[in-house]
Amino acid sequence: MSLIKCENVSLGYEGKAVVENLNFEVNEGDYLCIVGENGSGKSTLMKTLLGLKNPMSGKISTGDGLKHNEIGYLPQQTVVQKDFPASVKEIVLSGFLNHSGLRPFYNKEEKQIAKDNMDKLGISDLAKHCYRDLSGGQQQRVLLARALCATRKMLLLDEPVAGLDPKVTIEMYELIKGLNDEGITVIMISHDIHAALKYATKILHVSDKSEFYESKEAFCSSEKGKLFATNDGGEK
Amino acid sequence: MTEVLDKLQVLLQMDFVIRIIIVGILIAFCSSLLGVTLVLKRFSFIGDGLSHVAFGAMCIAMVLKFTNNNLLILPITVIAAVLMLKTGQNAKINGDAAIAMISVGSLAVGYLLLNMFPTSSNVSTDVCTTLFGSTSILTLSDFDVKLCIVMSIVVVAFYVFFYNKIFAITFDENFAKATGVRAGVYNVSMAVIIAIIIVLAMNLVGSLLVSALIIFPALSAMRIFKNFKAVVVCSAIFGVVCAVIGLFIAMIFDPPVGSTIVAVDLVGFLIFSAIGFITGRSRA
Repeated sequence: MSLIKCENVSLGYEGKAVVENLNFEVNEGDYLCIVGENGSGKSTLMKTLLGLKNPMSGKISTGDGLKHNEIGYLPQQTVVQKDFPASVKEIVLSGFLNHSGLRPFYNKEEKQIAKDNMDKLGISDLAKHCYRDLSGGQQQRVLLARALCATRKMLLLDEPVAGLDPKVTIEMYELIKGLNDEGITVIMISHDIHAALKYATKILHVSDKSEFYESKEAFCSSEKGKLFATNDGGEK
Repeated sequence: MTEVLDKLQVLLQMDFVIRIIIVGILIAFCSSLLGVTLVLKRFSFIGDGLSHVAFGAMCIAMVLKFTNNNLLILPITVIAAVLMLKTGQNAKINGDAAIAMISVGSLAVGYLLLNMFPTSSNVSTDVCTTLFGSTSILTLSDFDVKLCIVMSIVVVAFYVFFYNKIFAITFDENFAKATGVRAGVYNVSMAVIIAIIIVLAMNLVGSLLVSALIIFPALSAMRIFKNFKAVVVCSAIFGVVCAVIGLFIAMIFDPPVGSTIVAVDLVGFLIFSAIGFITGRSRA
């Protein structure tokens, strides 16, 4: 049984399909990288997986005890957040909302898990700092810690390294890899084909003719994969 | 100085003065509480637009000679609030332009109506008091005071009970939705509450200056504090303190109530900015 299964899914805005006939499945422990050009529908796919949008047709099913609201989501940063007066701790704790229901406050256990997650991502010493005063990499770690509070099974990352410098980018990827090694399923949207090839176990290329690859090797030997490899300017 | 104190003592013995102070504190408290979310969500202009809609509605109510104007103003403003929040979210319609249109539209229509069907001999005084609210606060009825108290309790209860959800939706609506928070419901309830607060606050400062009560406390608190809880608490205290100072100045020296309160807010904002600037520099 797979955690998420997409069958013949079409996505789009206002009746116009951007992506058609999408088929793929994600199993426990997978590291799926979703690649594709700007505007190819990656973010729309992400929103659909999260249940924020409905697919135009087709079926997305979750299995293995995964519920829609148990997916930890790392969204792209919004303008609002850039100058938001909130402490790191407040933001990380807000990841627990999906468990709390109508309960107005966080309980002890949640506070402890939040603390553990901050430890894990190396941001505990920033707990009382203001989010807007942090560097880009630190901000991403905060949002990742929040996503971890929302899930124990699956993370959805929307371009987690956008705007980060090369060193921090690698740190971020290693962090995500570490989480994946601990058994958390990762779905990541990325422009970065190198990272996709290095870390992912499965690759989904989204375009008007989307293709899903069960392994990196399959992707590399495919025509699209070759195209990407040659576009890399001979680095490989 | 003793003269001022004497005058204060006399004033504080009067029933209507106590009423004004109670209503002033409650309104300032609620609007500054909600102001934090509005400012952070980039919705400040909605407060402004709504106050103009409320003005238009009030003119209609005056022309139609309603016994209690709030009965007409409240529903119209609530509907406008919900509509504005919806258009604000819809990328296809240019939200802020639509809101600007609605607000000037209702200002113009309201003024036109009042001129075409004058209810008293002096239209411009009527308009002036609705816009800048100088006399309406002196004639608060028991009903107004009770409405104010009930609404404040509702607002505070809403805020405390859903504090964490409000935080999450304000900070990151998509994440909140993805984790199963029904953001739409909260946004609409927020819009309704804001509309009610604005209508109530019109008594205090008049419809042109209402958004000052909402925006100044939040902005001032954000100069100094760096976490959400502190900002909310500080904003509420700031709003209440400024309103009380403004009310007393207005009662003792007789300037118009609304503009005095807003002027005190402005001074407070400047002080907070200065403090924020100095502490920010020393830390950096």
